[in-house]
Amino acid sequence: MKIWSSLLAVIALVFIAWVGAGVLHLSTFFGIVLPYLALIIFLAGFLLRVIKWGKSPVPFCIPTTCGQQESLPWIKPNKIENPTTTWGVIWRMILEITLFRSLFRNTATEKHDGNLAIGSAKWLWFGSLLFHWSMLVIIIRHLRFFTEPVPVLIQGLEFMDSFLQIGIPLLYMTDVFIVLALSYLFLRRVAIPKVKYISQAADYFPLLLLLGVAISGILMRYFFRVDVVGVKELAMGLVTFRPVFSAEIGPIFYIHLTLVSCLFAYFPWSKLMHAGGIFMSPTRNLANNSRMVRHVNPWNYAVKTHTYDEYEEEFRDKMKKVGLPLEGEG
Amino acid sequence: MYNGGKIIAGLIIFAAIITSPFLLNIGKADEAPQPSLDTPAINQMSEKKCVESAEFMRTGHMQMLNDWRDQVVRNGDTVYVSNSGQEYEMSLENSCLKCHSNKQEFCDSCHTYAQVDPYCWDCHTDTKGAGQ
Repeated sequence: MKIWSSLLAVIALVFIAWVGAGVLHLSTFFGIVLPYLALIIFLAGFLLRVIKWGKSPVPFCIPTTCGQQESLPWIKPNKIENPTTTWGVIWRMILEITLFRSLFRNTATEKHDGNLAIGSAKWLWFGSLLFHWSMLVIIIRHLRFFTEPVPVLIQGLEFMDSFLQIGIPLLYMTDVFIVLALSYLFLRRVAIPKVKYISQAADYFPLLLLLGVAISGILMRYFFRVDVVGVKELAMGLVTFRPVFSAEIGPIFYIHLTLVSCLFAYFPWSKLMHAGGIFMSPTRNLANNSRMVRHVNPWNYAVKTHTYDEYEEEFRDKMKKVGLPLEGEG
Repeated sequence: MYNGGKIIAGLIIFAAIITSPFLLNIGKADEAPQPSLDTPAINQMSEKKCVESAEFMRTGHMQMLNDWRDQVVRNGDTVYVSNSGQEYEMSLENSCLKCHSNKQEFCDSCHTYAQVDPYCWDCHTDTKGAGQ
């Protein structure tokens, strides 16, 4: 049910875009209004969500660690897995964000001859890494539609991505990778009963939406073909706030653009916000320096204390009279 | 906000990256290229038409050229019958470039704009068709 409703939602979006742009010719709405709206929702939603997180206090120093903590000078500390300095944290965050180190430690528990065995499980890490890096390359590659002249960096990336020279237009490797990776991530949720049990529509929908984006893009590039110069003219018009339609662009373009717009608009309100959340995770972004620096709970109120020194000061005369030992003289 | 300075700095960087296509194009006027049809061969034609319709060629010329290459190189078939029934020689240099002898103003204008780098010219030259 959760799978079917998600699939239905993506198909409905495709259908709306196809009818709206292909049949009713509402290209101004689907080509100009919707992308602008989606970008505003994405940016505002993203910023608001992160600011909201920033307002949450972190009561305890809770970094998760998996290495030797810095202690005595002759015990070698693990500076990245158990960082005690800001630089250590920065290194750890860079490696976490670019290589998903914590996911690399993913384990699977299975029964072998009646015994429970825990082994490493790297497929999820590999699938995620493949998806995220392909996504990044694809996004950067798309900047060729938004820049004139196209920067050398983007040209180089595109050259490397298509250097196998398969077919015309040249096949991008990342196009294949992203579909494979997303298919794996989706099938994993469907095929493994334990994962399926905890999967919600909010897990299936983004996967299917991303698959829809990738597949519509691939269909547009390799099969249905649209006027690329017309597309770039529209894209450049959008980023210079002078959008124009000089050429008739096929409905597949509007389907792709609508799905992308929906992805952008959906992003800040969904699990996809882990993109911003990773930076805000106290288990990742705090240094494990609780033995050196006192982490004060920000919501601690001023506790009324009465120290022994104050106590002694108050009862000095009485204590002296009965001969109790005193810390301070006077 | 806790650690407000770091978070705001991060958000400013994020917003700058997201809006970079807008920021990089401030004050730039974009003009789409107009591939030039002004060549001696085309000017002499009474009816200016390509192998197929302009709409088809705009989106499908690369796949057509790829098919032509396969047909000629692998099957030895060099005759292309267009939709209108007319026959053409399947040849980039002898058919396409005979009329479109201005590679720079025709092919390159759109390819450069859309950042497409076709490998046609790894083997073919663009001068033969112009009779130079």
